[in-house]
Amino acid sequence: MNAFLLLGLGGMVGVLSGMFGVGGGFLMTPLLFFIGIPPAVAVATEANQIVASSFSGVLAHFRRRTVDIKMGLVLQAGGLMGAALGVVVFNYLKALGQVDLLVKLCYVVFLGVVGGLMFIESLNAIRKSKKAGGAAPAARRQRGWVHALPFKMRFRTSGLYISVIPPVLVGVCVGILAAIMGVGGGFIMVPAMIYILGMPTKVVVGTSLFQIILVTGFTTMLHATTNYTVDIVLAVLLLVGGVIGAQIGTRIGVYLKAEQLRILLALMVIAVCVKLGLDLLLQPAELFSLGEAGGH
Amino acid sequence: MRKLLLSALTAAALALLPQSAAQAAKEEVVLGLSQDRVAITATFDGSEILIFGAVKREAPIPTDEPLEVIVAVSGPAPSVMVRRKEKKLGIWVNVDSVLVDSAPAFYAVATSAPFAQVLNDTEDLRYRVSIKRAIRSVGAAMHIRGAQAFADAVVRIREKNGLYSLRENTVAVDQQTLFRTAIAMPADLTEGDYQTRIFLTRGGEVVSSYETTIDVRKVGLERFLFSLSREQPFLYGLMSLAIAIAAGWSASAAFSLLRNR
Repeated sequence: MNAFLLLGLGGMVGVLSGMFGVGGGFLMTPLLFFIGIPPAVAVATEANQIVASSFSGVLAHFRRRTVDIKMGLVLQAGGLMGAALGVVVFNYLKALGQVDLLVKLCYVVFLGVVGGLMFIESLNAIRKSKKAGGAAPAARRQRGWVHALPFKMRFRTSGLYISVIPPVLVGVCVGILAAIMGVGGGFIMVPAMIYILGMPTKVVVGTSLFQIILVTGFTTMLHATTNYTVDIVLAVLLLVGGVIGAQIGTRIGVYLKAEQLRILLALMVIAVCVKLGLDLLLQPAELFSLGEAGGH
Repeated sequence: MRKLLLSALTAAALALLPQSAAQAAKEEVVLGLSQDRVAITATFDGSEILIFGAVKREAPIPTDEPLEVIVAVSGPAPSVMVRRKEKKLGIWVNVDSVLVDSAPAFYAVATSAPFAQVLNDTEDLRYRVSIKRAIRSVGAAMHIRGAQAFADAVVRIREKNGLYSLRENTVAVDQQTLFRTAIAMPADLTEGDYQTRIFLTRGGEVVSSYETTIDVRKVGLERFLFSLSREQPFLYGLMSLAIAIAAGWSASAAFSLLRNR
């Protein structure tokens, strides 16, 4: 594999993640499939790379005190369970020879849903801002079933007094995604924190990054010890490109409007989703594939 | 390498000198390799091995049929799982698999003339030289119905990836005595002993053969990372994390330094 291609890929996704403020795992992993890296390696290695980018990001949030450590720990407890569960499923399907399918299907579904929602939402936002001259949408906090659950706990930084069950469940879901898809899961967790848990927006990103570090770190360890699919050299190349790209992207992002940014991102997510979907739907040129024998 | 080549050639020339009176008309291979080790480093992007030699004979060159040379390099042969896709519920999924017992990870045949001309079928069957013969001779698992399609797939996929190749007319033969060829090896080589066979043929019959091995090994960083990941996966995982955290921290530190300036 060409080192410059990987550096460039890391850089490109880094620019995008800097521009849009997303982790980039959900773009990087499919791109790695496209250049021919086996999904199992792509997922495990990407988990390792996310540790680096999240760690870099969370430091800034710690300085600004926008991390709800207690909430992060509760989410992590769920995340670890989810990651363990995800790796078990992953390895089981790997033995059956279906892991590529699982990973790609997950990507098609999640990218499709997230990309579609984001596209519709940003179209609406653009239409609204044209009409009303950009009135900020009212903050929404759900106060229904979440508050009826037991095991309540106080989260001072977020100013919440809620049951630990929803955050743990959110953590479990994100953990499963991390293990199977090699993503941080920020794109699921951030909306879940805002709309389901009702956390204030300013602590959401820092807390999600904080949670992602441990969960993807744990995922890396699980993949490294059970599948041997973490490729350190690949991770370092992607990482170096990604770190530099992110800084450039942040600067480009300043010149673009939020709605435009989101529509661009949505289109990109949909494009990747369509490409992956076509790969599954169209008859492949080669029906046979070779794999290592004696897999688990 | 040039020095090595030269000295081998001198040796070959010496061997050519007419020795005592004509004995049995025997032809033998005297071989040189540009390298008998291939080191896979972290930046390895393929290698070309020069294989050259001379024919040592103790009788005049037979005149009936020209001398042809075949060089076959074969990599280690671990078993490989071959899976087949079929359309299920609209999407293409793996439906069945066959374990092909042993198929070399790399196989290259270089010949001095079109293959059919240098080796006849009987001899091919006996020495298993052509790709078809070398790979299809895999044992077990082959009794499964349709298993041949899976074995064919191994050949097809590896040919496409440049791992299996028949390179006709790539062995240069000089004066029916000196021969040389270069075997290109791709970047994604499997570690192991690469068996190298050289056949001298006349009229499609093998008159002499010679065998040696080329040692392909991971070295340096590549070796270290590979064995660490297999033997100490926990440590390897921790190391990956440590590198990731260090990189994340230094990126953050470096850019906040840049921003504050």
